[in-house]
Amino acid sequence: MARIIELLSPTPPGWGGTLLVGLLHSVEIAAGAFGLGLVIGICGAYGKLYGGPVVRDLLAVYTTIVRAVPELVLILLLYYAGTDLINQLLTAMGYQRIDISGLVAGIAVLGFVQGAYSTEVMRGAILAIPQGQIEAARAYGMSPGLLLRRITLPAMLPFAIPGLANLWLIATKDTALLAVVGFFELTLATRQAAGVTKAYLTFFLAAGVIYLLLTLVSNLIIGRIELRARRGMPSLKEAR
Amino acid sequence: MIAQGTAPALKYTAQNDAAEAIHVENLHKRFGELHVLKGVSLSARDGEVIAIIGGSGSGKSTLLRCINCLENPTSGIVRVNGEEIRMKADSHGHTVPADRKQIERIRSKLGMVFQNFNLWSHMTLIENVIEVPVHVLGVKRDVAIAEAEKLLARVGLAEKRDVYPAYLSGGQQQRAAIARALAINPRVMLFDEPTSALDPELIGEVLKVIGDLAREGRTMVLVTHEMKFAREVATHVVYLYNGLVEEEGPPEQIFGAPKSERLKQFIRNIG
Repeated sequence: MARIIELLSPTPPGWGGTLLVGLLHSVEIAAGAFGLGLVIGICGAYGKLYGGPVVRDLLAVYTTIVRAVPELVLILLLYYAGTDLINQLLTAMGYQRIDISGLVAGIAVLGFVQGAYSTEVMRGAILAIPQGQIEAARAYGMSPGLLLRRITLPAMLPFAIPGLANLWLIATKDTALLAVVGFFELTLATRQAAGVTKAYLTFFLAAGVIYLLLTLVSNLIIGRIELRARRGMPSLKEAR
Repeated sequence: MIAQGTAPALKYTAQNDAAEAIHVENLHKRFGELHVLKGVSLSARDGEVIAIIGGSGSGKSTLLRCINCLENPTSGIVRVNGEEIRMKADSHGHTVPADRKQIERIRSKLGMVFQNFNLWSHMTLIENVIEVPVHVLGVKRDVAIAEAEKLLARVGLAEKRDVYPAYLSGGQQQRAAIARALAINPRVMLFDEPTSALDPELIGEVLKVIGDLAREGRTMVLVTHEMKFAREVATHVVYLYNGLVEEEGPPEQIFGAPKSERLKQFIRNIG
C-alpha cells in the first residue's frame, strides 16, 4: 500500500505529476476539439438545413465519410497525411517546413471528427424547435445573424444538450487515441509510468479512476447547463 | 378596400382620405401546382380594421402572410406605408424579396399575432416583449422594459412579467403575444386567426384586448372565424372564396345583406 502511494505521489519519484500533466493535455485537446466541433456543427447544420444543393452534398459527403471510417484510422490519416500535406504545400509555395505542434494537430483532427457528429446533433436540435418561434422572429424583422444568436441557438440548446454531452464525453476519451501518434496525454503518460515502474495494474487503474472523475465532474457541469437551457420548459416530472 | 382583378375602386375608398398603410394589388400565390391566391387586391388605410373571412383553404391566412413576406407572393404588388416590396426571381425561379434589409425594415413595422402565439419559449414574458425593441429597433433596454411593463399591464399580465410562456394558459400567451406586437409600435397589426387555437372560455379575454385596440383606432388586418366579433370591430369585411375575393363591404352589408350565394351559405353554416 505504501508503495502504491509512493508510486502515485505527485512529486518524483512518484508518477502522479506525470499523470496529471497527461490529464491536463487530454482536457486541453478534448475542450479544443469539442469547441471546434461545435463551430463546425453549427455551420454544418445550417448548411444542411438552409444551404444550396452543392453545400448540402458536400456536407453529406463530409458527415458520411467521417462517421463511416474508424476514428483511429482517421486520426492516423489526418495526423500524418495532414501535416505532410501542409508541409508539401508550404514547400511548394516557397516557405519553410513548419513543425506542427501535437496539441494543434490533435485538436484539428479530433475537432474535424467531432464536427461531423455535432452537425447531426445540431441539425436534429434545430428541427426540434417549434417552427413558429423562428417564424415569429422573421416576422419581426430579425436578420439571419440576430435570429441565430437570439432565437435559434438558445431555443435548440435543450434539444442539443443530451447529444452534445455524449460528444463531450467521447471527446475526453478519444484523446487516448492520440497516444498512437505520440501525443503526451493521459493514456501515454500512464503507459510510460507503468512501463518504467512495471506497476501496470496500479497505473492503469489510476488512469481509469481519473477518466471516471473527469466524467463525473463533466456530468455535474452539464447538469447545470441543462437546467439553465431548459429554463422555459416545465419539468417532465410534473407531466407524469 | 378590396377589388378583385380590375374591378373599379369601391365607394369606400372615396369616403376615406387617410393614408394607405397597406396596399395589395392583384396578388397571386402558387405552392407548386396549387394556386392559392388568384389575383387578390386589398387595402387598409390608417385607422381601418379589415376583417378577412372565408372557409378553410380559401387563402385568407396566405394573403395575410404575403403582406410581410412570410410567404413570398408569386406575383402582384404589396405596398406597406407606401413602400413597395421589391421582389426578384431566385436561381430556382421562385420569387423572393430582392432586398433583405428592406423586408426586415418593413417587417419591423408590422406587428404580427399568430394562431399559435409563437412566443419565444426560452424568454420570460417581459423578455419576449422587449426582444424586438431592444435587438431590432435599438431601443435602450431600460426604456423598453418600462414600456413593456405598461403593455403587459394593459393586457392584464403585469404580475406575470417574469414567467415563461409554457406556464401560462393559451389566452394569457396570446395576450402576451399582442403585447409583444404592440411593443414595436406597429404601423399595422396583423392577426392570423388569433383565437382559433384557444379553448372556448379563453377566447373572450383575447377578443376584448383586440376589440379595445380596434376601438382606439389601431390599423389592423384580421383573419378570423369569429363572425360576431368581425361584425363588431371591422370597418370593412372581405370574404375570400377559393383564392378570390367573392364579396366585400362594410360589416352590416356583408353580414346583414350578403349578395353572393356562397357568402350567404358560409354565414349560415358558421353562424
